[in-house]
Amino acid sequence: MRRYVVGRLLLMLPTLVGVAVITFVVMRLVPGDIVALRYAGSSVPQDIIDKERAILGLDKPMWAQFVDWMGQLARFDLGQSLWTGHKVIDEVWTRLPLSLELAVIATAFAVTIALPLGVIAAVKQDSWVDYVIRIFSVGGLAMPSFWIGIMLVLGTITFFGWAPPLVFTSIFDDPVANLSQMILPAISVGYRYSAVSMRMTRSTVLEVLREDYVRTARAKGLRETIVVMRHALRNALLPVVTVVSLEFAFLIGGLVVTEQVFNLNGIGKLLVDAVAHRDYTLIQALVLLLSAVFVLVNFAVDMIYMVLDPRIRYS
Amino acid sequence: MTASERGAAVVRDAEALARKRFFESTPRRRFLRFWGEFIRRRPLGAFGLLLMLVMIVAALFADRIAPYDPTALSFKDLLAPPSPAHLFGTDNFGRDVFSRLLYGARTALLVGFTASLVGCTLGLILGIIGAYVGGKVDQLIQRLMDVLLSFPLIVIAIAVVAALGTGEDKIGNVIAAITVPIVPRVSRVVRSSALAVVQMPYIEATRSVGTRATRIMFRHVAPNVFAPYLIMMTAFLGQAILLEASLSFLGLGVFEPTPSWGLMLRGAGMQFLERAPWLAIAPGIAISMAVFGFNLFGDSLRDALDPRLRTA
Repeated sequence: MRRYVVGRLLLMLPTLVGVAVITFVVMRLVPGDIVALRYAGSSVPQDIIDKERAILGLDKPMWAQFVDWMGQLARFDLGQSLWTGHKVIDEVWTRLPLSLELAVIATAFAVTIALPLGVIAAVKQDSWVDYVIRIFSVGGLAMPSFWIGIMLVLGTITFFGWAPPLVFTSIFDDPVANLSQMILPAISVGYRYSAVSMRMTRSTVLEVLREDYVRTARAKGLRETIVVMRHALRNALLPVVTVVSLEFAFLIGGLVVTEQVFNLNGIGKLLVDAVAHRDYTLIQALVLLLSAVFVLVNFAVDMIYMVLDPRIRYS
Repeated sequence: MTASERGAAVVRDAEALARKRFFESTPRRRFLRFWGEFIRRRPLGAFGLLLMLVMIVAALFADRIAPYDPTALSFKDLLAPPSPAHLFGTDNFGRDVFSRLLYGARTALLVGFTASLVGCTLGLILGIIGAYVGGKVDQLIQRLMDVLLSFPLIVIAIAVVAALGTGEDKIGNVIAAITVPIVPRVSRVVRSSALAVVQMPYIEATRSVGTRATRIMFRHVAPNVFAPYLIMMTAFLGQAILLEASLSFLGLGVFEPTPSWGLMLRGAGMQFLERAPWLAIAPGIAISMAVFGFNLFGDSLRDALDPRLRTA
């Protein structure tokens, strides 16, 4: 077991290096670098532009830049943002708590709705309850989450005369102010997210309910709630856990539009700005971070599988 | 008539019907029967189809239906609330929101349909090549797709748009940006279906008579993975429309004065949220109904064609 875990964690390295190489090359194949972008439209003489490129190290051949970057990475140094000059680690560190918190709240919200509703829809298959729940979930997939956000703000303004604060407060400074700011974005993201997980829950529970051991459990005279919760749901959870976790990993960097609506300064916005500025070091760091989250979450999913289903053993 | 005679008559009738169906079956009749059953047995899917048709008609005949020119400014009625003259009110330039919605359907369908068609077709080609050729080629394609898959759709789309550039007449770049994240998702599903097809005896037979690989892949394997391809195409049409709206909302998609639902939400929709809520409500409903329609239709089509397939 320990060997398996260590092996898995070590195997992450080649994956991340692969991602690093691809982003590195692709970003530099795209025409226009940060210097060209900064002086676009102005009549700055070519030698100043060349000098600036030299300062940023962009005049070296691509392989030399890559070797430099790898050397930095080996010393756990992510370098400096080409655009702001701040350390990349600081830029990321100030935004990560917000994105993480939002992802956690949205996940909690989504799972608390998705699991019960998904199970109910499956148990009452093809009844009106099932239809209502299914339409509710297809609606969640259809409505853009940023629009739900706008509608939520509109609703709270019209009915309560309240709009979420625009300035971010950390949860450690003032939990109430922080939560009152995060709750609407979390709901607007969580609705779509719950729709995805609800559909998965419904279809897997439906499959499991047709299994022999469920019939056996019923034949033993167990109460229906026990049959559904202990026998069916537990066995149906594996695919649901996968979907929920992957969505969670995507939430860290994928909330660009919702962050825009609620004026939140998160990882998604940082990434978009970095791409727009061709801020190579920042892009590379963020892409590495997001893929590391993705790979780690995948690993966590495999571990959860083992807890949920004792037959699964990795060696 | 005795019981056994009656039984024989029933069997005769059933046989006659089966024979009739077999001999009179033409592609056209099979097509009509499939859709007839689809509409009767899948009310939700039929409703989705209806929504799709409404959107397509709105897009095709926007210039006939729209009561106003979608770009005509009218300073007499800025931010006019919904009224018989302006069904969904007007925006901050006095442009008729209803007319802009109709023309916005054009943009959404153009971008959504092209991106979904190109993305799914590229995914189909890559998936089939991966499954048929196998080995290093397959590995290379797979790893590349894995990298693309480890980021949310919107992040990839934004990266592509940022790389290609945005602008007033660069709608092609928006389409390309939405196409790229669709490709790996389709290629993975197609590849797994094609892997089973590649093992079939008829593929071996074709290969043994010396058919060229490209011909085998596209004349013999492709038709057999067409069902997932079609299903993915309708599923991603909805996704593509959502992505177009999101990109335009961020200011990275379609540009003014082209009417686009996401763009309508972006500027005035947010700015005049309290004074003119119809500016934010109407385009959002249009987006949701369109995606809702495509999703319902796609789901039912999947159930009708290939119930084993699961698409999120």
